[in-house]
Amino acid sequence: MENLEFGLTLTLFGMGGTLVILFLLGLVMDLLNKILPFREEKDKVG
Amino acid sequence: MILDGLGSFLLGVANFQWTNAVMIAVGCGLLYLGIKKQMEPLLLIPIGFGAILVNIPLAGLMEKDGLLRYFYEAGVLTEIFPCLIFVGIGAMTDFGPLLERPRILLLGGAGQFGIFLTLLLALLLGFDKLEAVAIGIIGACDGPTSIYVTSKYAPHLLGAVSVAAYCYMSLVPILQPPIMRALTSKKERQIVMKYEKKAVSKTAKIVFPIAVTVITGLIAPMGTPLMGTLMLGNLLRESGVAERLVKASQNEIANIVTLLLGISIGATMAGPAFLQPQTLMILGLGLVAIFLDTAAGIFLAKMMNWLSGGKVNPLIGAAGISAFPMSARVVQVEGQKANKRNYLLMHAMGANTGGQIGSVLAAAVMLSLLKGMGIV
Repeated sequence: MENLEFGLTLTLFGMGGTLVILFLLGLVMDLLNKILPFREEKDKVG
Repeated sequence: MILDGLGSFLLGVANFQWTNAVMIAVGCGLLYLGIKKQMEPLLLIPIGFGAILVNIPLAGLMEKDGLLRYFYEAGVLTEIFPCLIFVGIGAMTDFGPLLERPRILLLGGAGQFGIFLTLLLALLLGFDKLEAVAIGIIGACDGPTSIYVTSKYAPHLLGAVSVAAYCYMSLVPILQPPIMRALTSKKERQIVMKYEKKAVSKTAKIVFPIAVTVITGLIAPMGTPLMGTLMLGNLLRESGVAERLVKASQNEIANIVTLLLGISIGATMAGPAFLQPQTLMILGLGLVAIFLDTAAGIFLAKMMNWLSGGKVNPLIGAAGISAFPMSARVVQVEGQKANKRNYLLMHAMGANTGGQIGSVLAAAVMLSLLKGMGIV
């Protein structure tokens, strides 16, 4: 019973936590693309 | 005196047990898979040969002061080898396709579902908590992460877990297609996904590894050695000014560490310790984990397809695992079998790199939860 409780806790919070953090990272990537947009000439020189 | 001297030549034979013979055969089997079938040869050859070496009686390679014991203690138990491998992987990986379509990152999370369900199954089969964590992590489809977690919490299972992780990774082109076909309709597999390259700025590519390290480190600090080294390699690559270090990480460092890591893992496969019923159970559970990962990724992609009004091919969900780039290639092949005009590779590459981040992250979250629960 203790093992099952441990497993279910880890599954619920582990999977949930992983998806939430990945969602957060996705938002950060969106933000990066918005505040640091691709500029052809500048990037070519850089 | 002469007879004693001659007798010493037979000591090895006299101490040779049936378990040694079986494990030498297993080592030869791994060499066959690596050399003849070219399945992960860079790892299966050293692992197979290590298994042969450690099963030669009285050679003492894994005894105190034994050669392989030094490699094992210095690189595996200290977790240095998997972390150095991650620097190399980071230096080889282009996160560009992922940065172009950030939402695809979620598929890399669904691809880790197998880790947690396999952990539950292992607990139900009687493995203790930390053993179950090490077995579940096979579902990450990520060799270095599996080795890192197992060497830390269940080192006695290192041989079985590593062999399962690398064998199943190399078997992805055989294991995934039947699951993909079983869980999708032909109509779904035929969905054409348009690909328009979106340019990502160099600055965004440089900031990305730093942001990922800080954010994941703050939320799940126990995984920082893994995520940090992966992102360090990527930062070197994207900085564009550390070419020597990038080349060293991609080649010399990765090659040397792969050799030493492989032979050290093989050295944990001594007959009496490896030939246990639990080894077979671990191999079986690892297989279940890969099936569950693939299925979960496909189901999430189906949901995304439904939400987007039929614009997402559910096959790309299967690439949300860490087996890079095999899994993305499998998706491309299956997509083209259903529809010759279908080019899913770049979408699948995005999901696949998301799977690399997802697998490390899932391990990081799990380790941090263990710490929080007072288990470690």
